[in-house]
Amino acid sequence: MSDLSRRRVLRGMLNGTAVTVALPLLNCFLNDNGTALASGAPLPLRFGTWAWGLGMNKDIFVPKKLGANFDLPEEIVSLAPIRQHINLYTNFNCFRDAAPNLCHKTGWIIARSGMAPMTQADLPGETIDITIAKKIGSSARFQTLTATATGNVRDSFSYENANSISIADWSPVQFYAKLFGGDFQDPNAAEFKVNPRVMLRKSVLSGVMDDVKDLSRSIGAEDRARLDQYFTGLRDLERQFDQQLTKPEPRPACVMPPAPKEEPKAGLDVELVTARHKLMTDLMVMAVACDQTRVFNMAYSQSAAATSRVGYDKPHHTASHEEPVDQQLGYQPQTSWFIRRSMESWAYFVEAFAKVREGDGTLLDNVLIYASTDQSLARVHSIENQPMFTAGRAGGRVKTGLHIDGGGSACTRLGFTAMKLFELDNGSWGTQSNGTSKEIGEMLA
Amino acid sequence: MLAALSVVSCSKLPWGGASMPSEVAAAYENAPDRVRRITHQQYANTIAYVFGSDIEVGVPFAPLRRTEGLLASGAASAGVTSGELQQLQRSAAAIAAQVMDPGSIEQQTPSRREYLVPCKPADATAADDECARKFIQHTGRLLFRRPLKAAKVNTLVEQAHRGATDLKDFYAGLTAVLEGLLIDPHFLLIVDATEPDPDHPGKRRLDAYSLASRLSFFLWDAGPDEALLNAAESGELYTRKGLQRTVDMMLASPRLESGVRAFFDDMFGFEDFGNLAKDASVYPKVTGATLQDAREQTLRTVVDLLLTRKGDYRELFTTRDTFMSPALATVYEVPTLPGWVPYEFPENSQRVGILTQVSFLGLHAHPARSSPTHRGKALRELLLCQKVPPPPPNVDFSALNNPDAHYPTQRERVAAHLSAPTCAGCHKITDPIGLALENFDGSGAYRDNESGAPIDASGNLDGKKFQDAKGLARAMYDNPAVTSCLVTRLYSYGSGGPATTAERPILAYLKDRFAADGYRVPDLMRTIAMGFALPRAGNEKSPALTAHKASERGQRLSAANHDSNATNGLTGQE
Repeated sequence: MSDLSRRRVLRGMLNGTAVTVALPLLNCFLNDNGTALASGAPLPLRFGTWAWGLGMNKDIFVPKKLGANFDLPEEIVSLAPIRQHINLYTNFNCFRDAAPNLCHKTGWIIARSGMAPMTQADLPGETIDITIAKKIGSSARFQTLTATATGNVRDSFSYENANSISIADWSPVQFYAKLFGGDFQDPNAAEFKVNPRVMLRKSVLSGVMDDVKDLSRSIGAEDRARLDQYFTGLRDLERQFDQQLTKPEPRPACVMPPAPKEEPKAGLDVELVTARHKLMTDLMVMAVACDQTRVFNMAYSQSAAATSRVGYDKPHHTASHEEPVDQQLGYQPQTSWFIRRSMESWAYFVEAFAKVREGDGTLLDNVLIYASTDQSLARVHSIENQPMFTAGRAGGRVKTGLHIDGGGSACTRLGFTAMKLFELDNGSWGTQSNGTSKEIGEMLA
Repeated sequence: MLAALSVVSCSKLPWGGASMPSEVAAAYENAPDRVRRITHQQYANTIAYVFGSDIEVGVPFAPLRRTEGLLASGAASAGVTSGELQQLQRSAAAIAAQVMDPGSIEQQTPSRREYLVPCKPADATAADDECARKFIQHTGRLLFRRPLKAAKVNTLVEQAHRGATDLKDFYAGLTAVLEGLLIDPHFLLIVDATEPDPDHPGKRRLDAYSLASRLSFFLWDAGPDEALLNAAESGELYTRKGLQRTVDMMLASPRLESGVRAFFDDMFGFEDFGNLAKDASVYPKVTGATLQDAREQTLRTVVDLLLTRKGDYRELFTTRDTFMSPALATVYEVPTLPGWVPYEFPENSQRVGILTQVSFLGLHAHPARSSPTHRGKALRELLLCQKVPPPPPNVDFSALNNPDAHYPTQRERVAAHLSAPTCAGCHKITDPIGLALENFDGSGAYRDNESGAPIDASGNLDGKKFQDAKGLARAMYDNPAVTSCLVTRLYSYGSGGPATTAERPILAYLKDRFAADGYRVPDLMRTIAMGFALPRAGNEKSPALTAHKASERGQRLSAANHDSNATNGLTGQE
């Protein structure tokens, strides 16, 4: 800690609505141990998800060794730089019970919402990110942020309910504007001024809420649930206005990223997807570091990934079904090539959080990221033994660097464990065979 | 007026001379009232009408779920999430700032408030309640699609007053109020409000403003304009003649083109163009501009045939007339001029109708090759309203692993589909259609061979055999599912949600009318629009039937059809 007294700086700030303070700001805003903010508030705990499509080839994906220092078979060899930051969960099952195996849906929906869909139109209820956001999301500007590297607004794995998909930000230019455009308040800015226009917005909002209540009285019961959701959204907006009227806590890890100059080229070629994934990841990481959100979702690909490769006529999904198994290799080489590229992007995602210093560790130390997919062996739409990952130590609550065997138990145990880590008070999660109240003990610190 | 109202009886309704069977009138009574979320395009079109087309609106909405073949039907069950409201608020702030922009001589931007605020405040640095009231009443009526209640106006005037006083800026007060209007449920949700029908005791009807909204979103894909709201206010829409006059006026308006484009863009699944790309190493002629123009070409073909020339809908599948742009001319390998120009394919061309346009061929293909299966499936689902079941999850795909180079064409490659029993059930209803389009590669370009082997483009549609794309076009022209599918989709689109079982007699009636009118789409739109005014079943409160329920009923309808068509593995709405 520098000689510049943290308390002196903060006192100066709090004595007026607009005070200029001298730099440097960095670690002077943390406590003397670097484990909490200067106000004494602990560094916030965040939850994130990451999704990739079309699973794995078990023989070249699942490590032979369990526990620490697990081996990295060829399909996940790119995870070497992040092995110490992640856990890999294998031999967990998403059970469909009497429900049909809906291709590319059943697996991810169970993993994210705890229940097996009955029809193609049966979309998830509340996904785990939303459940956790209800607990921790209201402290930040955006309750959740959802982004996709596919360039397609529809590629989101986050649902409030079956009829309410979370908007996936797909454009780096628009995502930047949303995060760091006009309404962004730099938490480390020397000056803070209450924006009277926001106060005005807040007062107008009460009239909108009254209109929702009025309208709610004149329509049927089930549509009223949609109005209730609308009203909740307005409440969240009101809370967002309140935050804009409050001096934000300084965030030493927050550094405004450069604005993307132009939209990346559209398309699902793997090079384009990778480039878009990097842009969106870099923005997302700073959104977290700047405490714009505490719950975030990133999709590398859609569930039946249509990622393509220059010069190869089948996109990933088509290849997974139509490419012959190479008898010598024992797997589909082109299909595996796509999975390897997915894993490289997963490594990029995790490293991006690990590279940001926060307190006496990194941003990743205060995050838990849950990564899931839609199948295990996509060729036959298998949902047995779908691999899952976590990354980050969730504020020291989670051990990392482990390969954990689920012994065939429910894949929902990971989601349930995440809920417990974020101190949700539900006693169980999931329905029928996916219902669990058993945490994954091996991962807990 | 009473005399005119009595004409609107439910059992004998002379729409254009034809009487309506009583079961159809009964079905209209049981048609659901809807609560639907405004779509992105409806939002954008409404903003453009109220404030000008140069206003940037952003993309504040979550995507809708395609329901019974239409995104628009997904609006009947869509919620408004917190994340969405945050985006809507940001859009509202951006729109309000543009509307109240004082303009700048240096930056050469217009002072929009000069013409969008219908009065000038006495002092721009202070509140002016009268001027604020004028703006709020005028703009609020257009956005809410009905006059604002007096109490609401008073509240908004007070808020504008407070804002103007606090910020010493009259327009800042209006800005905040306008932001509020733009995130209000009366703007973002389109609610069918009903009232007792004085002409049919015990029954209800859509109130005039809800009727105006239905007409306007159906025919123009935007909220009602000033004239339509005036017609609602005057009671004109409650008279048959007045309603007919209004609908005819709307059908004659240039704004009808927006409505027709929106519907067909939705029905044809063109939202997928947003994420479509072709492998440049295989199809170097196809650029982003090509794909954008492909979508536009088909919509221009639709508008020209159906609106300008008042043609038969079935001719969409056989017409040689279209429009050409330089980017497309490269793929079609035809000469053209700069810009969009009318173009007619020659008699000996395989290009007939929209199935042979780049939009259909390119959208339903892989990035680097064609797909008879995708094309056949799209034709069934989008144009015939049938459902192709998804592949069984445990299918043994190894039957498809045909690495042998001596299978040079798609026909041989997909032959495994048709020979393997587990695959054949579904593929026999898609592949024989798609194979007829094999003279067009994955980019939509013509070819007469694949890897040097001549292409056999023979196929069949529901037992009708043909040799090539021209034969498929004719089979589509003759297939009754083509026109009945359009009726189902257009009715669902206009009435704001998927057609329910109770509405089946309406669909049957509309199909007959469509045939009698020579399959002229504007006539079908008129018949559907006039039906919105028919009496509805009475109940105490007439709560809007929830879209969820409607969706369930729609699914039941579909399930029922599935059963009746179980023999061929298809579900349909025939």
